[in-house]
Amino acid sequence: MKKNLLEPDKSNLVKYVTCGSFLVLLAFLDLLINSFLSTNLTSFLPGKVSFFTPLLFGLLGLHFIRIEFSGNKLLDKINTNFNSSNFNAILTLLVAFTIIKFTPPLLNWFIFDADFLGNSKDDCKSGGACWVFVKVWLNRFVYGMYPDAEQWRINSTFFLLFFVVGFYFFVPTNFKKYFIIFLLFIYPIIGFKLISGGDFGLKYVETGAWGGLSLTFIVSAFALILCFPVGMLLALGRRSTLPVIKYSSIGFIELWRGVPLITVLFMSAVMFPMFLPDGTYVDKLIRVLIAITLFEAAYMAEVIRGGLQALPKGQYEAAKSLGMGYWKMHFFIILPQALKLVIPGIANTFLALVKDTPLIFVVGLLELAGMVNLAKTNPKWLGMAMEGYVFAGLVFWVICYSMSRYSQNLEKKLSTER
Amino acid sequence: MNFKNFKLDFSNKNKDLIPQALTILFIVLVVVYFSINAQNNMGNRGISFGFGFLSQESSFDITFSLIDYDGSHSYARAFLVGLLNTILVSAIGIFFATILGVTIGVARLSQNYLVAKAAEWYVEIFRNIPLILQIFFWYFAALRALPLTVDSINFYDISFLNVKGWYVPKFIWTNFNLFFYSLVGAIISIIFVSKYAKKQRDEYGKQIPTLFLSIAFLLGLPFLTFLFGGVSLSFQIPELNQLSKTVYVYKGGVSIIPELISLALALSMYTATFIAENVRAGILGVNKGQKEAAASIGLTKSQILKLVVMPQALRIIIPPTTNQYLNLTKNSSLAAAIAYPDIVLVFAGTALMQTGRAIEIISITMLTYLSLSLSISVFMNWYNKKMAIKEK
Repeated sequence: MKKNLLEPDKSNLVKYVTCGSFLVLLAFLDLLINSFLSTNLTSFLPGKVSFFTPLLFGLLGLHFIRIEFSGNKLLDKINTNFNSSNFNAILTLLVAFTIIKFTPPLLNWFIFDADFLGNSKDDCKSGGACWVFVKVWLNRFVYGMYPDAEQWRINSTFFLLFFVVGFYFFVPTNFKKYFIIFLLFIYPIIGFKLISGGDFGLKYVETGAWGGLSLTFIVSAFALILCFPVGMLLALGRRSTLPVIKYSSIGFIELWRGVPLITVLFMSAVMFPMFLPDGTYVDKLIRVLIAITLFEAAYMAEVIRGGLQALPKGQYEAAKSLGMGYWKMHFFIILPQALKLVIPGIANTFLALVKDTPLIFVVGLLELAGMVNLAKTNPKWLGMAMEGYVFAGLVFWVICYSMSRYSQNLEKKLSTER
Repeated sequence: MNFKNFKLDFSNKNKDLIPQALTILFIVLVVVYFSINAQNNMGNRGISFGFGFLSQESSFDITFSLIDYDGSHSYARAFLVGLLNTILVSAIGIFFATILGVTIGVARLSQNYLVAKAAEWYVEIFRNIPLILQIFFWYFAALRALPLTVDSINFYDISFLNVKGWYVPKFIWTNFNLFFYSLVGAIISIIFVSKYAKKQRDEYGKQIPTLFLSIAFLLGLPFLTFLFGGVSLSFQIPELNQLSKTVYVYKGGVSIIPELISLALALSMYTATFIAENVRAGILGVNKGQKEAAASIGLTKSQILKLVVMPQALRIIIPPTTNQYLNLTKNSSLAAAIAYPDIVLVFAGTALMQTGRAIEIISITMLTYLSLSLSISVFMNWYNKKMAIKEK
C-alpha cells in the first residue's frame, strides 16, 4: 500500500513523532543559538531563506506530530493546546519565536549590560540601562522635594496606616467598626497634620514640596475617602423621586463624567480662584483634591447606583413596613447591601483614580511620573528618559496589577457567596 | 393669639417641597456667590465677561494644523484647529484600537495556549500602566531614540522615519470630486442592495451574494471614474534636501509629527486592552446552546458565526466599546503633556495665557467635550433601544 508521507497517522506513530520532534527541536535550537549566542547556523543559505528556515522546519515538524487520538497523553495535550491545525501551528511558532527573539536584548538591557554601581552619569558605560540614575534619584522619586530630615514623618504616616490596617484583621468583629471610623475620620487628619506640620513643634512643609510616590498615595487616598460620601449622596439623589433633586444630581454627574480630568484640573488651577473673593488663596493641593474628589464622586455615584438598582424591591418594602424612614432605611438596610455588591466596581474606580494621579502635573504638583520628567531634564542626567519611565511604569504596574488581582479575587469570592 | 394650635403642616406635599426648595436655594446661592466674586475679580483685572475676544487676532502659531492657519487668524480659528486635531488623533486612535482590541480579544479565547497567554499578558501589562506614562514613554524615550534626518529609516524609498517624524508620500489627485462622489454612490448602492437582499431572503428565501456585490461596487465604481472620468492619482515622494553642511530636511510629501505618532500609539494600545476585554466578554456571553442549536439545524461554521453568534455578541460588545471610544476621545486631552496641539493645549493653554479669560475659555473647552460625550450617549441610548431583544 502506498502511503502519503504528508498524512501522518497512528500506525507509524513512533516514526512520525521522532522525525517531527527532531525537526521542531532543530528549529528551536537554531533560533536559540541565533538569538542568545548570535551565531547563525544556516548562514550558508541566502538571507531570506536563512531567516525563515526555523519557521519551515518547525511547521513541518509540528505537522508530523499532529496525530489525533494517538494514545500518548503528552502528545495529545500538545496537539490540542498548541497544534490543532496548520494555522494554530504557525501561530504557536510565531509567538514562541518572537519571545525567543526579544528576550536576549531585553535581558541584556535590563540586567547584563546595565550599570548598577556609581554616582553619576559617567559611571554608565556598558550600553545597557543606567540604573544608577534611578538609584541616585530614588529619594526624590519617593518623597519629592520634601526635606530629607523630615522624611520620617511621611514614613511614620504610612507605617501607621499599615499598622492599623494590619491590626484590623486581628481584632474581634464588634471592634472593627471603631477601626473604620478611625481610618475614615481621624486618621486623615492625623496624617495630614503630621506631613504638613506647623504645630506640635513640627516644621511646616509647604505642599509644593510634597511629591513623588508618596504624593500619589496621599492624593489617591484622600480623594477616595472624600469622594465616597459625595458619591453616595449623588447616587441616592439620582434615584430620588423628587424632580429637583433628581435632575440636579443627574446634571452634576453627567457634567463631570462628560469632561476629561485634565480640563477639570485646569479649571481648579485657573478658573476656581476667579470664583473666590479677591485675595483668598486656597492651597494648590487642596484645590486639586477638591477637583479630583468631585470628578471621582461622579463616577463613584454611578457605581453605587448600580448596586442600588441591583437590590430587590422587597428589601425597600420590608424596611418601609418596619416603619423606617428614608435615611434610616438607606443607612441600615439598603446601602450596606448595595455597597457590598459593588466592591469590585469601587476597586476599579480606585484603580482608575491611582492611574489618573500623574495628571496633577498640569497644576505643577509632581508625583512619581512628574518627578521622572523633572529628573530627566536635569543637565547632569540627560538621556535617561527610558530608565526613568520604565522604572515609573514598573512601580505603577506593580501597584495597579496587585490591586486589580485583589479586586478580581474579591469579585470571585463575593459571587460564590450569593 | 393662640399659638398652641399652630403646627407646621407636614402633609406629604410639604415634605416633598422642603428639600427641593432647599436644594434650589443652595444652588442659587452658590451661583450668585461665585458670579459676584467673578465679577469683582474681573473688574479688578479690567476685563469684562464676553466672547468678543474670539474674533480677535490670535498672533500665535500652531505647529500642526489640518486647515490654513497662522498668527493672523482669529482665536475662533485657533479653537477650530485644536478641535480638528483632537478629532484627528481620536479617529486614528479609535481605528487602531478597534483592530488591535478585536484581535487581542479573539486571541484571548484562542485554543492555542501560547496565543491566549500572550494576549492575556498584553492586556495585563498595558491596562495597568497609567496612560500618561505610556505617552511619555513613546514620546520622550522610544521616538527620541530614532535616527537623525540624514540616516532615516527607509521604507522602500517611499517613506522615511526619523526623529523629526514620519514622512509619507502625498496623494495628488486630479478630479478628486468625481472619485469622492463615486465612493458615496457605491456606499448608497450597497445599502440598497443589502436591503433588497434582506427582502428577498425574508420573502422568498433567495440568497443574494451581498458581500461579493458590495466589493464589486466599492472597487468597480471608483475604477470606472479612473477609466472614463479623467481621475488620476500620483504620489509626491518626500525628498532629502541639504540646507547647510549639517542641516537636512525632507521636502514634499506629508510629515506626521512625532507627537501625533506617540499619542495615537499610546491611546490605541491602552484602549485596545479595554476593547479586548469587551470583545472577550461579548463572545463568552453568547450561550453555548445557541451555537449547538444552530449547528443542529445544519448551519455551516461560518453561517453560525455570522448569523447566530456575532449578532448576539455585538449586542453585548457595542455599548461598552462606544464608552471606550468616548474615553479615548477624552484621554486625547493628555496631548497637552507632550505639546501636541489639541484643543486643550491650543485653547485652554496658549489662548488662555494670552487673553487671561479663564472663565470663558475653560467653559468653552468643557462644553465642547461635554456636547461630544452627551451626543454619543444619546446615540447609545437610541442604539440600545433599537437593538434590545424584543421578546414575543
